[in-house]
Amino acid sequence: MIVNISKKKVKSDFVTKVEELSGQNLLACYQCGKCSAGCPAISQMDILPNQIIRLAQLGLKNELFKSKSIWVCASCMTCNTRCPKGINVAEVIEAVRQILLRKRKDHVELKDLSEEEKREVPPIALIACFRKFTS
Amino acid sequence: MKLTYYPGCTLKNKAENFENSAIFALNHLGVEVQELSRWNCCGTVFSLTTDDLMHHLAPIRNLIRVKEANSDKVMTLCAMCFNTLKRANEYMKNDPEGLDKLNQFMYREKIKYDGDVEVLHLLELLKDEVKFENIKSKVVKPLTDLKVASYYGCYLVRPQEIGIDDVENPTIIEELISLLGGIPVDFPYKTECCGSYQTVDKPEVVAERTFQILQSVQKNQADVVVVSCPLCAFNLDHRQKETIQIFPGFKNIPILYFTQLMAIAFGCSEDILKFNLHYIDPKPILQEKGLI
Ligand code: SF4
Ligand code: SF4
Repeated sequence: MIVNISKKKVKSDFVTKVEELSGQNLLACYQCGKCSAGCPAISQMDILPNQIIRLAQLGLKNELFKSKSIWVCASCMTCNTRCPKGINVAEVIEAVRQILLRKRKDHVELKDLSEEEKREVPPIALIACFRKFTS
Repeated sequence: MKLTYYPGCTLKNKAENFENSAIFALNHLGVEVQELSRWNCCGTVFSLTTDDLMHHLAPIRNLIRVKEANSDKVMTLCAMCFNTLKRANEYMKNDPEGLDKLNQFMYREKIKYDGDVEVLHLLELLKDEVKFENIKSKVVKPLTDLKVASYYGCYLVRPQEIGIDDVENPTIIEELISLLGGIPVDFPYKTECCGSYQTVDKPEVVAERTFQILQSVQKNQADVVVVSCPLCAFNLDHRQKETIQIFPGFKNIPILYFTQLMAIAFGCSEDILKFNLHYIDPKPILQEKGLI
């Protein structure tokens, strides 16, 4: 994979926005990979949690926006409790999701769920799903 | 002892077995449970973005209801409600400016909220207020010979600041199982996420997690798994249907709420347990052990 790094992207509004929404200092991450080592969702991810942080540091927003990983992270907080630098990785991923969702790009639509699917799952599942995946 | 209780949405339908068994168990221990006369959905997940005050409204309004009931403590059963209510409360305590804004927004509420309600999970109440040592003598039908794996999931233990026990190796449910006469079974996946709300749009992802978690339980020879979250219960129990389609060698195992085992040990009748809400029937194994 070829990655083009530019000063413009590193200093972009996107990086500032992610830091603001997540309340995290992205440059504190030294890429040890501990967050990815304990993440239960990696088998479904195309980029790993530590790579999400790296891409965010570099302001590579398109790579993040098109990744599958931001939608399979369930905010389980395992990475947060284990990061030796005290970075809340789950909050960074939430910030990326929110930047997309706030452009009204919902990830799930109620109309795409069948009556049976809606009836089957408990209310907390539906509410949490729509809280996390819609604006 | 009297406890103010916040049920949350799911305890009134898919998890009635959780609510009924918890109330039975608490009454047996001499605790009177008083449900809030008015409450709303807590929102189920704590908002993780710094600018999102709006979503703290739902949990905070519930805490105002607790104050209206003249109480300064509220008990929760659902691990998701526990996490959301407790985190929103902690957040507000540490952000006086945000709290002030919320109070201004809720100008129609008669009470101005100050962050002074304590949010507790039933397990904490059992350990610290009812006291674990008082539970053993109340057991009428010990869970002799029943091997129980305790699954905590995420919301009871993470983040650490609000967790009810050790963040990596909690043991509070195992302690309780021992007091009830059962045999606690350790397994390495007890705090591994089950996939949570991903069950709505990606059931196959949850089925894979369910497989991993339950296979580990079975390797350690447990008869049943207990949980404290209606979403974990759904994923580990009902998603066994999808699990067996993806992993044909998979063997089913019953999932129960820890409160159902308490109610059994305290001699409840079977209607309290509402086994009709389960996908994998727990009756055969409980009958085999002479518990029902
Ligand atoms: S655990 Fe923390 S420091 Fe290590 S790669 Fe992940 S975010 Fe960076
Ligand atoms: S919060 Fe997301 S990224 Fe972190 S461990 Fe859990 S699923 Fe993985």
